Amino acid sequence: MEKQGLELEITELRLGLPGGGDNKINEKKRVFSDISADEANATNDDRKIHTKSQVVGWPPVCSYRKKNSFNEKDRLETSKMYVKVSMDGAPFLRKIDLGMHKGYSDLAMALEKLFGCFGISEALKDADSSEFSPIYEDRDGDWMLAGDVPWEMFIESCKRLRIMK
Amino acid sequence: MIMESKRKKESPSSAGSTQFPDEVLERVLAFLTSHKDRSSVSLVCKDWYNAERWSRTHVFIGNCYSVSPEILARRFPNIRSVTLKGKPRFSDFNLVPQNWGADIHAWLVPFADKYPFLEELRLKRMTVSDESLEYLAANFQNFKVLSLLSCDGFSTDGLAAIATHSKNLTELDIQENGVEDRSGSWLSCFPESFTSLEVLNFASMSAEVNFDALERLVCRCKSLKVLKVNKSISLEQLQKLLTRAPQLVELGTGSFSQELTTRQYAELESAFNNCKNIHTLSGLWEATALYLPVLYPACANLTFLNLSYTALQGGDLAKLLVHCPRLQRLWVLDTVEDKGLEAVGSYCPLLEELRVFPADPFDEEIIHGVTEEGFVAVSFGCRRLHYVLYFCRQMTNAAVATIVQNCPDFTHFRLCIMNPGQPDYLTNEPMDEAFGAVVKTCTKLQRLSVSGLLTDLTFEYIGKYAKNLETLSVAFAGSSGRGMECVLGGCPKLRKLEIRDCPFGNEALLSGLEKYESMRSLWMSACNVTMNGCRQLARKMPRLNVEVMKEDGSDDSQADKVYVYRTVAGPRRDAPPSVLTL
Repeated sequence: MEKQGLELEITELRLGLPGGGDNKINEKKRVFSDISADEANATNDDRKIHTKSQVVGWPPVCSYRKKNSFNEKDRLETSKMYVKVSMDGAPFLRKIDLGMHKGYSDLAMALEKLFGCFGISEALKDADSSEFSPIYEDRDGDWMLAGDVPWEMFIESCKRLRIMK
Repeated sequence: MIMESKRKKESPSSAGSTQFPDEVLERVLAFLTSHKDRSSVSLVCKDWYNAERWSRTHVFIGNCYSVSPEILARRFPNIRSVTLKGKPRFSDFNLVPQNWGADIHAWLVPFADKYPFLEELRLKRMTVSDESLEYLAANFQNFKVLSLLSCDGFSTDGLAAIATHSKNLTELDIQENGVEDRSGSWLSCFPESFTSLEVLNFASMSAEVNFDALERLVCRCKSLKVLKVNKSISLEQLQKLLTRAPQLVELGTGSFSQELTTRQYAELESAFNNCKNIHTLSGLWEATALYLPVLYPACANLTFLNLSYTALQGGDLAKLLVHCPRLQRLWVLDTVEDKGLEAVGSYCPLLEELRVFPADPFDEEIIHGVTEEGFVAVSFGCRRLHYVLYFCRQMTNAAVATIVQNCPDFTHFRLCIMNPGQPDYLTNEPMDEAFGAVVKTCTKLQRLSVSGLLTDLTFEYIGKYAKNLETLSVAFAGSSGRGMECVLGGCPKLRKLEIRDCPFGNEALLSGLEKYESMRSLWMSACNVTMNGCRQLARKMPRLNVEVMKEDGSDDSQADKVYVYRTVAGPRRDAPPSVLTL
């Protein structure tokens, strides 16, 4: 069984120096102490730049407890998350504070109000069902379809929003 | 009684028939409530299997994908109460994609057909839409109990449907969910003729409810035993509610920081004084030392005190605990610090469970909270302690050894040293010996969460000594895959294994091939497992579902998040695109 495993590994294409074993996969793994502050793994509650940055889901405190943090600082910090929003066909861009919203549907309602249109919440639930495609630019500069990742992860990595038609 | 009937069966009679009439057997089995007992009974013989399945009214499904509603209904025709758990536990920490699944609707539709008399539904980590709640309210006339814990996908509109249509409702328990709180008007939907409520918990919802409607509801529901209100309810309003319902057994207060006149304070104190039956107290948001004394008269019989949403200082906790000599369960924030925990050790000799939550889990620069000293102090004073959840920033091997020496009966030991990979802060050694002491001393240990700097030695200890271990949570630990192999090979009762950010690879994953069929589930994320390893597992074990969730920007060969579970229902048909079933 061991041997079989190894044989398959040799055929896998990987980035990394040749001759390595299992450990080579570590190079891309997000190890706590290796992450720089700029990686897209910071949790939403801490906006400071640390030498060691936060990892998603650690410490293991329930999202409910995080959201209801009695710590004023946590609550204040999550409220300053303004991002630009553009909608195809609209002459002006708008700004929206992601920290003020509790989830995707909340955000969809706010966007619908901002631009005076309907169909964004449908688009978030099922990408094919609406004429809109809400996309966002993440920290890496990639344009992603909104709605796939958990809300906390989304608001942390979203840099700007665009509602495509 | 069961032994008697078994003996009768073995008496010399024709092979196929039993001398024990089915109806009698079913009546006897009706007394059995534990799932484990019922499981055992069903394995005795075909007659017993049938008697058991006809007499079972409550079913517990720990993983909603391990069985399908059709299979369930075929085996158990008389179910009145269902408990279902959905998403993997790490979804609590945002590690699971949003549309992962565990939608209750797929169960409700067959239930409406097969169990139209369903009375109770208890869900944990399931997705529940408003449509589902409306469907529930419309299709189950006998519906009595709805309990939603850590669920998501619904709004207060769904709750309004339940309140409006469920005429026989006795329990509505909404805890820690991702509820979209559109308005508090759902509470006003209970009709004036509705009087059957015994349990109402809306503590985790934020929208203000109509107080008059709440007061009238509390007034007319004479059997109300549990009332947990939300933050929008003030102290003054709480006083009115307590006056209406002095029979309460569990109370969750609202916001505990209104400015009160002397008379209002006296009235509140008097209201608490009349509540002699309260054994569980929670809520207490923004409670300050100023008003906590109103609680004292009600604390004599208190067995469970949940202060985990109250930023209390140690001294104030001490003053409160003096009045709670019968306390068995205590949840606090680490703002109480070691001083507060010393008070716990001094005043609560009957304590069995302690949970200390971090007030500032993500702020690395502030160093406060609890240390190993607080935990040790509790262990000296509370010898019956068997359940602990402890978030701290420093710990030593010696402290843990002392703790388990004082309290050898631990069944649940969940220690979270918040900085990943942190060693014993005094000796700079790994924390291996700490957890070694835990598993060697606490033979009844069922659940263990490890943390700190850990080598393979920790897992060798676990595999060697933790013979009753059922749930193990591991993060940022281990030196090699050997650690996981030790656990899989050594813990016969292991049911749930959740691992993140550990150097465990395919070899470790595949070492547990047969083991996984005796477990509920395995979670591995950010480890060294590859897609090929997962495919091998899937190929060799067809009765397991092997699901992989990929992350953006990762290698194609990497299996970022792996969720493996046994099932009789086959591969999922409702998985979103981000979840690959191999």
